[in-house]
Amino acid sequence: MHGLIFRSFQSFVTLTYGAARWGAVLRRAKVPFAEFEAMLHYEPALVETLLTATEEELEKSRDHVLEDVGTFLVAHPQMDSVRRLLRFGGTSYDEFLHSLDDLAGRTRLAVPDLDLPDLMLRDECANEYSLYCTHPMDIFGPVLVGLLRAMADDYGSLACLDHRGRKGGVDCIGILLVDLDFAVGKTFDLSAGVRDRRVAAK
Amino acid sequence: MHVRLTSGGIVSGVGPTMAAIRDDAPLSGQAFTEVFQIERPRGLIDMAQLLAVAGQPMRLRFREPGSPAFKAVLMPDGQGGAVVNLSFGISLVEAVQTYKLTSSDFAPTDLSIELLYLIEAKSAAMDASRTLNRRLQVARVTAEAQAFTDTLTGLKNRRALDQTMAQLTEAKSPYALMHLDLDYFKQVNDSFGHAAGDAVLQEAARRMLRVTRQQDTLARVGGDEFIFVFEAEQDRNTLADIAKRLIEALEAPILFQSQTCHISASAGIVLVAEGNDAAPEQVVDQADGALYAAKQAGRAQFCFAG
Repeated sequence: MHGLIFRSFQSFVTLTYGAARWGAVLRRAKVPFAEFEAMLHYEPALVETLLTATEEELEKSRDHVLEDVGTFLVAHPQMDSVRRLLRFGGTSYDEFLHSLDDLAGRTRLAVPDLDLPDLMLRDECANEYSLYCTHPMDIFGPVLVGLLRAMADDYGSLACLDHRGRKGGVDCIGILLVDLDFAVGKTFDLSAGVRDRRVAAK
Repeated sequence: MHVRLTSGGIVSGVGPTMAAIRDDAPLSGQAFTEVFQIERPRGLIDMAQLLAVAGQPMRLRFREPGSPAFKAVLMPDGQGGAVVNLSFGISLVEAVQTYKLTSSDFAPTDLSIELLYLIEAKSAAMDASRTLNRRLQVARVTAEAQAFTDTLTGLKNRRALDQTMAQLTEAKSPYALMHLDLDYFKQVNDSFGHAAGDAVLQEAARRMLRVTRQQDTLARVGGDEFIFVFEAEQDRNTLADIAKRLIEALEAPILFQSQTCHISASAGIVLVAEGNDAAPEQVVDQADGALYAAKQAGRAQFCFAG
Protein backbone atom coordinates (compact mmCIF):
# COMPACT_ATOMS: atom_id res chain seq x y z
CA MET A 1 0.00 0.00 0.00
CA HIS A 2 1.19 3.47 -0.87
CA GLY A 3 3.45 5.22 1.61
CA LEU A 4 1.46 8.45 1.23
CA ILE A 5 -1.37 6.83 3.17
CA PHE A 6 0.94 5.68 5.97
CA ARG A 7 2.78 8.97 5.97
CA SER A 8 -0.51 10.90 6.27
CA PHE A 9 -1.51 8.71 9.17
CA GLN A 10 1.86 9.30 10.81
CA SER A 11 1.46 13.07 10.35
CA PHE A 12 -2.01 12.87 11.86
CA VAL A 13 -0.83 11.17 15.06
CA THR A 14 2.40 13.17 15.33
CA LEU A 15 0.95 16.63 14.71
CA THR A 16 -2.21 16.03 16.72
CA TYR A 17 -0.91 14.05 19.68
CA GLY A 18 2.86 14.51 19.58
CA ALA A 19 5.87 12.47 18.55
CA ALA A 20 5.88 10.52 21.83
CA ARG A 21 2.40 9.14 21.16
CA TRP A 22 3.43 8.16 17.64
CA GLY A 23 6.41 6.33 19.12
CA ALA A 24 4.03 4.53 21.49
CA VAL A 25 1.75 3.56 18.58
CA LEU A 26 4.70 2.13 16.66
CA ARG A 27 5.84 0.13 19.70
CA ARG A 28 2.35 -1.27 20.20
CA ALA A 29 2.17 -2.15 16.50
CA LYS A 30 5.70 -3.62 16.70
CA VAL A 31 6.78 -1.59 13.70
CA PRO A 32 10.59 -1.75 13.64
CA PHE A 33 11.19 1.74 12.20
CA ALA A 34 10.31 5.27 13.25
CA GLU A 35 9.01 6.82 10.06
CA PHE A 36 7.06 5.93 6.96
CA GLU A 37 8.32 7.20 3.63
CA ALA A 38 5.71 8.86 1.43
CA MET A 39 7.22 7.48 -1.76
CA LEU A 40 7.63 3.83 -0.78
CA HIS A 41 5.11 1.02 -0.55
CA TYR A 42 4.24 -1.00 2.54
CA GLU A 43 2.41 -4.22 3.34
CA PRO A 44 -1.37 -3.51 3.25
CA ALA A 45 -1.90 -5.58 6.42
CA LEU A 46 0.13 -2.97 8.29
CA VAL A 47 -2.81 -0.56 8.02
CA GLU A 48 -4.92 -2.73 10.30
CA THR A 49 -2.07 -3.29 12.76
CA LEU A 50 -1.36 0.43 13.02
CA LEU A 51 -5.00 1.32 13.33
CA THR A 52 -5.60 -1.14 16.15
CA ALA A 53 -2.52 0.16 17.95
CA THR A 54 -3.74 3.74 17.55
CA GLU A 55 -7.23 2.91 18.83
CA GLU A 56 -5.68 1.37 21.95
CA GLU A 57 -3.11 4.10 22.45
CA LEU A 58 -5.59 6.98 22.04
CA GLU A 59 -8.49 5.07 23.59
CA LYS A 60 -10.77 6.05 20.74
CA SER A 61 -12.99 3.98 18.49
CA ARG A 62 -11.81 3.00 15.06
CA ASP A 63 -14.35 5.20 13.27
CA HIS A 64 -13.53 8.11 15.51
CA VAL A 65 -9.82 7.83 14.69
CA LEU A 66 -10.48 7.54 10.95
CA GLU A 67 -12.89 10.50 10.89
CA ASP A 68 -10.30 12.57 12.70
CA VAL A 69 -7.76 11.60 10.05
CA GLY A 70 -10.13 12.91 7.36
CA THR A 71 -10.64 16.20 9.16
CA PHE A 72 -6.93 16.52 9.81
CA LEU A 73 -6.09 16.07 6.11
CA VAL A 74 -8.10 19.16 5.23
CA ALA A 75 -7.95 21.34 8.30
CA HIS A 76 -4.37 21.10 9.51
CA PRO A 77 -2.17 23.95 8.23
CA GLN A 78 0.67 21.55 7.42
CA MET A 79 -1.64 19.53 5.18
CA ASP A 80 -2.53 22.54 3.06
CA SER A 81 -1.45 20.78 -0.13
CA VAL A 82 -4.25 18.22 0.33
CA ARG A 83 -6.82 20.94 0.95
CA ARG A 84 -5.61 22.83 -2.10
CA LEU A 85 -5.73 19.81 -4.37
CA LEU A 86 -9.30 19.14 -3.25
CA ARG A 87 -10.27 22.77 -3.78
CA PHE A 88 -9.34 22.41 -7.43
CA GLY A 89 -12.55 20.40 -7.64
CA GLY A 90 -14.83 23.41 -7.74
CA THR A 91 -15.62 26.93 -6.68
CA SER A 92 -18.46 25.94 -4.34
CA TYR A 93 -19.12 23.01 -2.03
CA ASP A 94 -21.77 21.46 -4.28
CA GLU A 95 -19.46 21.77 -7.27
CA PHE A 96 -16.74 20.16 -5.17
CA LEU A 97 -19.07 17.30 -4.25
CA HIS A 98 -19.75 16.66 -7.92
CA SER A 99 -16.03 16.67 -8.65
CA LEU A 100 -15.53 13.72 -6.29
CA ASP A 101 -16.43 11.35 -9.14
CA ASP A 102 -13.16 12.44 -10.74
CA LEU A 103 -11.04 12.30 -7.60
CA ALA A 104 -9.55 8.84 -8.14
CA GLY A 105 -8.80 9.71 -11.78
CA ARG A 106 -7.25 13.05 -10.89
CA THR A 107 -5.11 11.40 -8.25
CA ARG A 108 -3.95 8.79 -10.76
CA LEU A 109 -2.80 11.62 -13.06
CA ALA A 110 -0.34 12.76 -10.42
CA VAL A 111 0.49 9.59 -8.49
CA PRO A 112 -0.40 6.60 -10.69
CA ASP A 113 0.30 3.99 -8.01
CA LEU A 114 -1.86 5.58 -5.30
CA ASP A 115 -4.96 3.43 -5.11
CA LEU A 116 -7.79 5.60 -3.77
CA PRO A 117 -11.42 4.46 -3.67
CA ASP A 118 -13.72 5.08 -6.61
CA LEU A 119 -16.36 7.62 -5.64
CA MET A 120 -19.80 8.14 -7.09
CA LEU A 121 -22.10 10.96 -6.08
CA ARG A 122 -25.83 10.59 -6.57
CA ASP A 123 -28.24 13.51 -6.32
CA GLU A 124 -31.10 12.24 -4.16
CA CYS A 125 -33.25 15.36 -4.09
CA ALA A 126 -32.61 19.07 -3.68
CA ASN A 127 -29.65 19.50 -1.32
CA GLU A 128 -29.39 15.80 -0.58
CA TYR A 129 -26.74 13.49 -1.93
CA SER A 130 -25.47 9.97 -1.45
CA LEU A 131 -21.81 9.25 -1.95
CA TYR A 132 -20.79 5.69 -2.75
CA CYS A 133 -17.20 4.79 -1.99
CA THR A 134 -15.82 1.55 -3.43
CA HIS A 135 -12.58 0.05 -2.16
CA PRO A 136 -11.53 -3.37 -0.83
CA MET A 137 -10.42 -1.74 2.45
CA ASP A 138 -12.99 -0.43 4.87
CA ILE A 139 -10.99 2.53 6.15
CA PHE A 140 -11.99 5.12 3.55
CA GLY A 141 -15.67 5.61 4.46
CA PRO A 142 -15.08 7.18 7.88
CA VAL A 143 -12.07 9.14 6.56
CA LEU A 144 -14.30 10.63 3.85
CA VAL A 145 -16.91 11.67 6.42
CA GLY A 146 -14.29 13.65 8.33
CA LEU A 147 -12.79 15.03 5.15
CA LEU A 148 -16.12 16.14 3.64
CA ARG A 149 -17.14 17.79 6.90
CA ALA A 150 -13.90 19.75 6.97
CA MET A 151 -14.26 20.70 3.31
CA ALA A 152 -17.77 22.06 3.97
CA ASP A 153 -16.20 24.25 6.61
CA ASP A 154 -13.46 25.28 4.20
CA TYR A 155 -16.03 26.43 1.63
CA GLY A 156 -18.12 28.14 4.32
CA SER A 157 -21.03 25.74 3.77
CA LEU A 158 -23.16 23.98 6.35
CA ALA A 159 -23.63 20.27 5.71
CA CYS A 160 -24.70 17.20 7.69
CA LEU A 161 -22.80 14.03 6.97
CA ASP A 162 -23.59 10.55 8.02
CA HIS A 163 -21.94 7.25 7.37
CA ARG A 164 -24.76 4.91 6.46
CA GLY A 165 -22.62 1.79 6.50
CA ARG A 166 -20.74 -0.55 4.21
CA LYS A 167 -22.18 -3.31 2.10
CA GLY A 168 -20.40 -5.49 -0.45
CA GLY A 169 -17.26 -3.40 -0.41
CA VAL A 170 -19.17 -0.13 -0.86
CA ASP A 171 -19.48 2.55 1.81
CA CYS A 172 -22.46 4.87 1.62
CA ILE A 173 -22.32 8.40 2.99
CA GLY A 174 -25.36 10.65 3.22
CA ILE A 175 -24.80 14.36 2.66
CA LEU A 176 -27.41 16.98 3.49
CA LEU A 177 -26.43 20.42 2.29
CA VAL A 178 -28.17 22.75 4.74
CA ASP A 179 -26.73 26.07 3.66
CA LEU A 180 -24.29 26.54 0.82
CA ASP A 181 -23.27 30.04 1.93
CA PHE A 182 -23.44 29.66 5.67
CA ALA A 183 -20.19 31.45 6.43
CA VAL A 184 -17.23 32.99 4.69
CA GLY A 185 -15.02 30.17 3.52
CA LYS A 186 -11.26 30.06 3.26
CA THR A 187 -9.77 31.68 0.20
CA PHE A 188 -8.34 29.65 -2.62
CA ASP A 189 -5.76 31.17 -4.93
CA LEU A 190 -5.33 28.93 -7.98
CA SER A 191 -1.59 29.42 -8.31
CA ALA A 192 -0.61 29.98 -4.66
CA GLY A 193 0.81 26.45 -4.40
CA VAL A 194 3.22 27.05 -7.24
CA ARG A 195 4.21 30.45 -5.89
CA ASP A 196 4.77 29.12 -2.36
CA ARG A 197 7.05 26.42 -3.71
CA ARG A 198 9.08 28.90 -5.71
CA VAL A 199 9.51 31.05 -2.62
CA ALA A 200 10.44 28.00 -0.54
CA ALA A 201 12.95 26.91 -3.20
CA LYS A 202 14.68 30.27 -2.97
CA MET B 1 -10.89 32.53 -24.41
CA HIS B 2 -11.78 34.44 -27.56
CA VAL B 3 -11.78 37.86 -29.21
CA ARG B 4 -14.15 38.78 -32.08
CA LEU B 5 -12.98 41.15 -34.81
CA THR B 6 -14.86 43.30 -37.32
CA SER B 7 -13.88 43.35 -40.98
CA GLY B 8 -11.82 46.43 -40.12
CA GLY B 9 -9.75 44.53 -37.50
CA ILE B 10 -11.49 46.26 -34.59
CA VAL B 11 -12.41 44.24 -31.48
CA SER B 12 -16.18 43.88 -31.39
CA GLY B 13 -16.48 41.54 -28.44
CA VAL B 14 -14.58 39.19 -26.11
CA GLY B 15 -15.33 36.01 -24.15
CA PRO B 16 -15.74 36.04 -20.36
CA THR B 17 -12.13 35.03 -19.57
CA MET B 18 -10.70 37.80 -21.73
CA ALA B 19 -13.22 40.17 -20.16
CA ALA B 20 -11.98 39.17 -16.70
CA ILE B 21 -8.36 39.75 -17.71
CA ARG B 22 -9.09 43.18 -19.16
CA ASP B 23 -11.77 44.38 -16.78
CA ASP B 24 -9.61 47.45 -16.10
CA ALA B 25 -9.07 48.20 -19.80
CA PRO B 26 -11.80 46.70 -22.03
CA LEU B 27 -10.71 45.80 -25.55
CA SER B 28 -13.91 46.53 -27.48
CA GLY B 29 -13.53 49.26 -30.04
CA GLN B 30 -9.77 49.04 -30.25
CA ALA B 31 -7.69 47.78 -33.16
CA PHE B 32 -6.55 44.22 -32.55
CA THR B 33 -2.96 44.83 -33.71
CA GLU B 34 -2.67 47.89 -31.47
CA VAL B 35 -3.62 46.00 -28.32
CA PHE B 36 -1.70 42.83 -29.17
CA GLN B 37 1.89 42.49 -30.21
CA ILE B 38 1.90 39.59 -32.68
CA GLU B 39 5.20 37.79 -32.24
CA ARG B 40 4.56 34.99 -34.70
CA PRO B 41 3.96 35.11 -37.64
CA ARG B 42 5.82 38.43 -37.86
CA GLY B 43 4.80 41.65 -39.54
CA LEU B 44 0.99 41.41 -39.35
CA ILE B 45 -0.52 44.90 -39.30
CA ASP B 46 -3.92 44.94 -40.98
CA MET B 47 -6.98 42.70 -41.19
CA ALA B 48 -6.12 41.39 -44.67
CA GLN B 49 -2.79 40.12 -43.37
CA LEU B 50 -4.48 38.61 -40.32
CA LEU B 51 -7.02 36.78 -42.46
CA ALA B 52 -4.20 35.51 -44.65
CA VAL B 53 -2.75 33.53 -41.71
CA ALA B 54 -6.12 32.06 -40.70
CA GLY B 55 -5.72 28.61 -39.22
CA GLN B 56 -2.02 29.04 -38.51
CA PRO B 57 -0.67 28.95 -34.97
CA MET B 58 0.00 32.45 -33.63
CA ARG B 59 1.90 33.71 -30.65
CA LEU B 60 1.01 37.09 -29.24
CA ARG B 61 0.92 39.16 -26.08
CA PHE B 62 -0.49 42.44 -24.84
CA ARG B 63 1.68 45.41 -25.67
CA GLU B 64 2.08 46.22 -21.94
CA PRO B 65 5.57 45.08 -20.91
CA GLY B 66 5.76 41.87 -18.90
CA SER B 67 2.45 40.43 -20.12
CA PRO B 68 2.23 36.64 -20.38
CA ALA B 69 2.21 35.16 -23.89
CA PHE B 70 -0.88 33.69 -25.58
CA LYS B 71 -1.18 30.90 -28.08
CA ALA B 72 -3.84 31.78 -30.62
CA VAL B 73 -5.49 30.86 -33.87
CA LEU B 74 -7.66 33.12 -36.05
CA MET B 75 -10.60 32.00 -38.17
CA PRO B 76 -12.77 34.11 -40.48
CA ASP B 77 -16.35 34.48 -39.23
CA GLY B 78 -17.83 34.32 -42.74
CA GLN B 79 -18.93 37.96 -42.67
CA GLY B 80 -15.58 39.62 -43.31
CA GLY B 81 -14.62 39.64 -39.63
CA ALA B 82 -12.83 36.97 -37.59
CA VAL B 83 -12.76 35.11 -34.29
CA VAL B 84 -9.44 34.66 -32.47
CA ASN B 85 -9.25 31.70 -30.12
CA LEU B 86 -6.61 32.19 -27.41
CA SER B 87 -5.09 30.18 -24.59
CA PHE B 88 -2.26 30.72 -22.15
CA GLY B 89 -0.36 27.60 -23.11
CA ILE B 90 2.63 27.20 -20.84
CA SER B 91 2.26 30.77 -19.49
CA LEU B 92 -0.74 29.55 -17.53
CA VAL B 93 0.70 29.82 -14.02
CA GLU B 94 2.13 33.26 -14.74
CA ALA B 95 -1.21 34.41 -16.21
CA VAL B 96 -3.24 33.10 -13.26
CA GLN B 97 -0.95 35.03 -10.94
CA THR B 98 -0.84 38.20 -13.02
CA TYR B 99 -4.61 38.40 -13.56
CA LYS B 100 -5.69 36.73 -10.29
CA LEU B 101 -7.88 34.27 -12.17
CA THR B 102 -10.18 31.78 -10.45
CA SER B 103 -11.68 28.51 -11.74
CA SER B 104 -14.87 30.34 -12.72
CA ASP B 105 -12.87 32.43 -15.21
CA PHE B 106 -12.25 29.34 -17.31
CA ALA B 107 -14.75 27.55 -19.53
CA PRO B 108 -15.91 24.20 -18.11
CA THR B 109 -14.26 22.39 -21.02
CA ASP B 110 -10.96 24.23 -20.60
CA LEU B 111 -8.18 22.00 -19.28
CA SER B 112 -6.34 24.87 -17.56
CA ILE B 113 -7.60 23.93 -14.11
CA GLU B 114 -6.53 20.33 -14.65
CA LEU B 115 -3.12 21.59 -15.74
CA LEU B 116 -2.77 23.74 -12.61
CA TYR B 117 -3.92 20.84 -10.49
CA LEU B 118 -1.36 18.59 -12.13
CA ILE B 119 1.47 21.09 -11.69
CA GLU B 120 0.63 21.36 -8.02
CA ALA B 121 0.17 17.64 -7.46
CA LYS B 122 3.41 16.85 -9.29
CA SER B 123 5.27 19.46 -7.26
CA ALA B 124 3.93 17.93 -4.04
CA ALA B 125 4.99 14.45 -5.18
CA MET B 126 8.39 15.81 -6.16
CA ASP B 127 8.77 17.40 -2.71
CA ALA B 128 8.04 14.03 -1.14
CA SER B 129 10.62 12.37 -3.37
CA ARG B 130 13.18 14.99 -2.55
CA THR B 131 12.53 14.50 1.16
CA LEU B 132 13.01 10.77 0.72
CA ASN B 133 16.26 11.27 -1.17
CA ARG B 134 17.57 13.59 1.50
CA ARG B 135 16.73 11.09 4.20
CA LEU B 136 18.31 8.23 2.27
CA GLN B 137 21.44 10.32 1.85
CA VAL B 138 21.61 10.92 5.61
CA ALA B 139 20.99 7.21 6.20
CA ARG B 140 23.82 6.33 3.82
CA VAL B 141 26.25 8.61 5.62
CA THR B 142 25.17 7.14 8.96
CA ALA B 143 25.47 3.61 7.64
CA GLU B 144 28.98 4.35 6.39
CA ALA B 145 29.91 5.70 9.79
CA GLN B 146 28.59 2.53 11.39
CA ALA B 147 30.14 0.19 8.85
CA PHE B 148 32.68 -2.45 9.79
CA THR B 149 34.58 -2.33 6.53
CA ASP B 150 37.43 -0.12 5.46
CA THR B 151 36.18 1.21 2.13
CA LEU B 152 39.62 1.47 0.49
CA THR B 153 40.99 -2.00 1.19
CA GLY B 154 37.89 -4.01 2.04
CA LEU B 155 39.56 -5.12 5.27
CA LYS B 156 37.85 -4.65 8.65
CA ASN B 157 38.03 -1.18 10.18
CA ARG B 158 38.72 0.11 13.69
CA ARG B 159 35.09 -0.33 14.77
CA ALA B 160 35.08 -3.98 13.72
CA LEU B 161 38.39 -4.57 15.48
CA ASP B 162 37.12 -2.95 18.69
CA GLN B 163 34.15 -5.26 18.62
CA THR B 164 36.23 -8.39 18.03
CA MET B 165 38.62 -7.46 20.85
CA ALA B 166 35.81 -6.59 23.22
CA GLN B 167 34.34 -10.05 22.65
CA LEU B 168 37.68 -11.77 23.22
CA THR B 169 38.32 -9.74 26.37
CA GLU B 170 34.84 -10.44 27.66
CA ALA B 171 35.30 -14.20 27.14
CA LYS B 172 38.90 -14.05 28.45
CA SER B 173 39.87 -16.07 25.37
CA PRO B 174 43.49 -16.49 24.35
CA TYR B 175 44.67 -14.65 21.24
CA ALA B 176 47.65 -12.97 19.66
CA LEU B 177 47.70 -9.46 18.28
CA MET B 178 50.06 -8.05 15.69
CA HIS B 179 50.45 -4.37 14.96
CA LEU B 180 51.94 -3.96 11.49
CA ASP B 181 53.13 -0.69 10.02
CA LEU B 182 54.18 -0.30 6.37
CA ASP B 183 57.73 0.97 5.86
CA TYR B 184 58.59 3.45 3.09
CA PHE B 185 54.91 4.01 2.37
CA LYS B 186 55.28 7.76 2.84
CA GLN B 187 57.93 7.81 0.10
CA VAL B 188 55.52 6.08 -2.32
CA ASN B 189 52.87 8.66 -1.55
CA ASP B 190 55.31 11.54 -1.87
CA SER B 191 56.96 10.40 -5.12
CA PHE B 192 54.03 8.89 -7.01
CA GLY B 193 50.97 10.60 -5.52
CA HIS B 194 47.92 9.51 -3.56
CA ALA B 195 46.48 7.37 -6.35
CA ALA B 196 49.64 5.26 -6.23
CA GLY B 197 49.45 5.21 -2.43
CA ASP B 198 45.87 3.93 -2.56
CA ALA B 199 46.78 1.26 -5.10
CA VAL B 200 49.69 0.14 -2.93
CA LEU B 201 47.44 -0.11 0.12
CA GLN B 202 44.94 -2.19 -1.84
CA GLU B 203 47.62 -4.54 -3.14
CA ALA B 204 49.20 -4.77 0.32
CA ALA B 205 45.81 -5.72 1.76
CA ARG B 206 45.38 -8.46 -0.88
CA ARG B 207 48.81 -9.89 -0.07
CA MET B 208 48.15 -9.80 3.67
CA LEU B 209 44.89 -11.70 3.13
CA ARG B 210 46.77 -14.35 1.16
CA VAL B 211 49.32 -14.91 3.92
CA THR B 212 46.87 -15.00 6.82
CA ARG B 213 44.24 -17.62 7.53
CA GLN B 214 40.47 -17.53 7.18
CA GLN B 215 39.90 -17.23 10.92
CA ASP B 216 42.32 -14.32 11.43
CA THR B 217 40.99 -10.79 11.73
CA LEU B 218 42.67 -8.10 9.62
CA ALA B 219 41.89 -4.45 10.23
CA ARG B 220 43.24 -1.26 8.75
CA VAL B 221 43.41 1.12 11.70
CA GLY B 222 45.31 4.08 10.26
CA GLY B 223 46.77 5.35 6.98
CA ASP B 224 49.35 2.54 6.69
CA GLU B 225 48.75 0.71 9.96
CA PHE B 226 47.16 -2.67 10.30
CA ILE B 227 46.19 -4.82 13.25
CA PHE B 228 45.90 -8.60 13.03
CA VAL B 229 44.07 -10.65 15.62
CA PHE B 230 44.86 -14.36 15.71
CA GLU B 231 42.20 -16.01 17.82
CA ALA B 232 43.37 -18.89 20.03
CA GLU B 233 46.89 -18.60 18.61
CA GLN B 234 49.60 -18.94 21.28
CA ASP B 235 52.44 -20.49 19.28
CA ARG B 236 55.36 -18.10 18.81
CA ASN B 237 56.77 -20.11 15.91
CA THR B 238 53.56 -19.95 13.93
CA LEU B 239 53.28 -16.21 14.59
CA ALA B 240 56.92 -15.61 13.67
CA ASP B 241 56.37 -17.56 10.47
CA ILE B 242 53.29 -15.49 9.57
CA ALA B 243 55.16 -12.25 10.32
CA LYS B 244 58.12 -13.33 8.21
CA ARG B 245 55.90 -14.28 5.27
CA LEU B 246 53.93 -11.03 5.60
CA ILE B 247 57.09 -8.94 5.39
CA GLU B 248 58.34 -10.97 2.44
CA ALA B 249 55.06 -10.65 0.61
CA LEU B 250 54.95 -6.91 1.14
CA GLU B 251 58.54 -6.45 0.00
CA ALA B 252 57.82 -7.83 -3.46
CA PRO B 253 57.63 -4.84 -5.85
CA ILE B 254 54.18 -3.39 -6.51
CA LEU B 255 53.47 -2.12 -9.99
CA PHE B 256 51.30 0.95 -10.39
CA GLN B 257 50.84 2.42 -13.89
CA SER B 258 54.34 1.42 -14.98
CA GLN B 259 55.87 2.72 -11.73
CA THR B 260 57.45 0.18 -9.46
CA CYS B 261 56.81 0.85 -5.77
CA HIS B 262 58.82 -0.71 -2.99
CA ILE B 263 57.60 -0.99 0.56
CA SER B 264 58.25 -3.19 3.53
CA ALA B 265 56.72 -3.64 6.95
CA SER B 266 57.58 -3.77 10.64
CA ALA B 267 55.49 -5.60 13.19
CA GLY B 268 55.05 -5.95 16.92
CA ILE B 269 53.38 -9.05 18.29
CA VAL B 270 51.82 -9.67 21.68
CA LEU B 271 50.35 -12.88 23.09
CA VAL B 272 47.33 -12.76 25.36
CA ALA B 273 46.93 -15.92 27.41
CA GLU B 274 43.65 -17.56 28.36
CA GLY B 275 42.03 -16.02 31.42
CA ASN B 276 43.99 -12.83 30.97
CA ASP B 277 41.93 -9.73 31.64
CA ALA B 278 44.18 -7.22 29.89
CA ALA B 279 42.09 -4.38 28.44
CA PRO B 280 42.22 -4.13 24.63
CA GLU B 281 43.99 -0.73 24.80
CA GLN B 282 46.66 -2.26 27.01
CA VAL B 283 47.24 -5.09 24.54
CA VAL B 284 47.51 -2.66 21.64
CA ASP B 285 49.96 -0.53 23.66
CA GLN B 286 52.17 -3.55 24.24
CA ALA B 287 52.10 -4.41 20.53
CA ASP B 288 52.98 -0.76 19.81
CA GLY B 289 56.00 -1.07 22.06
CA ALA B 290 57.17 -4.18 20.21
CA LEU B 291 56.53 -2.47 16.85
CA TYR B 292 58.67 0.47 17.99
CA ALA B 293 61.46 -1.92 18.91
CA ALA B 294 61.23 -3.57 15.47
CA LYS B 295 61.49 -0.17 13.77
CA GLN B 296 64.46 0.75 15.95
CA ALA B 297 66.14 -2.50 15.00
CA GLY B 298 66.21 -1.30 11.39
CA ARG B 299 62.72 -1.90 9.97
CA ALA B 300 61.49 -4.87 7.92
CA GLN B 301 61.56 -6.85 11.16
CA PHE B 302 59.19 -8.09 13.82
CA CYS B 303 59.45 -8.22 17.60
CA PHE B 304 57.51 -9.97 20.34
CA ALA B 305 56.42 -7.92 23.32
CA GLY B 306 57.69 -8.92 26.75
